Amino acid sequence: MEHVAAHHPDHESPHTAEHVPEQGITLRIDGTDHALTVDTRTTLLDALRERAGNTSPKKGCDHGQCGSCTVLLDGRRHLTCLALAVAYDGAEIVTAAGLAGPGEEGDLHPVQQAFITHDGFQCGYCTPGQVCSAVGMLEEAGRGAPSHVTADLEADVELTDEEIRERMSGNLCRCGAYAGILGAIRESAGR
Amino acid sequence: MRPLTYAAPATAAEAVSAVSGDPQSRFLGGGTNLVDHLKLGVSTPGRLVDISRLPLDTVEQTEAGVRIGTNVRNSDLAAHPLLRSGWPGVSRALLAGASGQIRNQATTGGNLLQRTRCVYFQDVTTPCNKREPGSGCSALEGYGRYNAVLGASEACVATHPSDLAVALTALDAVVVVLGPEGERRVPMADLHTLPGHHPEIETTLSHGELITAVELPATPLARQSTYVKTRDRASYAFALVSVAAALTLDDDGTVADIALAWGGVAHKPWRATRAEAGLRGRRPDEPAIAAAVEDELQGAAFAPDTEYKRPLLRGATTAALSRLLGGLDGTPYGTPDGRPGGTPGGTSAGEESR
Repeated sequence: MEHVAAHHPDHESPHTAEHVPEQGITLRIDGTDHALTVDTRTTLLDALRERAGNTSPKKGCDHGQCGSCTVLLDGRRHLTCLALAVAYDGAEIVTAAGLAGPGEEGDLHPVQQAFITHDGFQCGYCTPGQVCSAVGMLEEAGRGAPSHVTADLEADVELTDEEIRERMSGNLCRCGAYAGILGAIRESAGR
Repeated sequence: MRPLTYAAPATAAEAVSAVSGDPQSRFLGGGTNLVDHLKLGVSTPGRLVDISRLPLDTVEQTEAGVRIGTNVRNSDLAAHPLLRSGWPGVSRALLAGASGQIRNQATTGGNLLQRTRCVYFQDVTTPCNKREPGSGCSALEGYGRYNAVLGASEACVATHPSDLAVALTALDAVVVVLGPEGERRVPMADLHTLPGHHPEIETTLSHGELITAVELPATPLARQSTYVKTRDRASYAFALVSVAAALTLDDDGTVADIALAWGGVAHKPWRATRAEAGLRGRRPDEPAIAAAVEDELQGAAFAPDTEYKRPLLRGATTAALSRLLGGLDGTPYGTPDGRPGGTPGGTSAGEESR
């Protein structure tokens, strides 16, 4: 379905200040439906933060290089800075703020608690992205998905430290809390 | 970012019709490269035609091999059992690219059509013949570490950034393309072009033609394939050089069949046909591999910034073939610490950064 009138290059140009195409979308964010009308250029990250008021995903580089904007999108870890909100109408998004299930102790997901236990952060800016990425990564490994450092592509995955480091390479921590992050994920992986 | 409209047609044919009829329209796939280019001003379409939700997202076994829908995500393709057993070099190329998040998002066709990461192409304040034909090439005398050494021109020294494309080139993939006139098949080796005088042209596709699938033939060679990537850090970086390799041996230990393709060296994935010919029928020992690499580099043009790629290509090609030889001998793919194992002449020649 095309929501916006087709672009007619020979007629009125849409590329003027007066004409900013907008579109209605619905996002399910941390269990709540949000109906938003967004400028078609809005990234999913800006839609979450500026429009839906969910500041859990962070804008680090805004170019897909740091991972701080990571959420779970339809159950998989996903950047939100390299995504246009209009392309994700109907998506189910879980941010770090919505990871904990009801009744989980202290309203923390076990991976979040592990980050605290292992000092997996200093300033905390990358942490929501790290946590979402870790949850997604553990699910991928649980499904048997191999990584770049997996020696045998057809064998079961064992989450060694080398595997964890490789699988988390899309999340940078400029404080350098990697040792704690590794420890937190190692514990979360049941090692 | 320039204002743009967004459309999500229900079928591939409608998407092709929408884009082919409008020079201002562009296809949107996973968006990991295009959305960045919208922000940077590198790409300024008036309309995005979203194909990412079209049901072209299955991996199907065919009589000849496997057919991969264009919307199959990089992570799903890498983890697919058919690929892991039948085309391990393709799985490994995908796993060597980007990050876990980006692989969940990036599509098969989009990966092939991603643009160069040449810093000047991505910086709209600098001249770039690819971005703005006739404006000049900033990379010729600028930051040149990632520049091409094969098939480049005075107009452009950019390299193609895809890992997947290198593996698909080595393994004789065919790209299925839908255009206004119907479907056609393009051998992977013919999909991308060398820059010549027109670096703004990167593929043999016309505006509005859509990659709908990639087909890979099942061969004994493909089952014995791998991918070695060298980069400036252990993970999540583009290739300095990379090697997709596949190898089968005759009973006497000489090369029965071989496929080699290089990434990070040219405007397109570089099929190293001269090196292949030099090794076919010979024992693939280190001197033979070095000679074959040198032969392939006969027409190469190195600059001070890229001279390092010569020994790196020799090492990476040796490492890739050594890994396969180790596997063929029954030795596991790697040693427990992740170093390549079971090489014919020791491991010193190959040094893959991780």
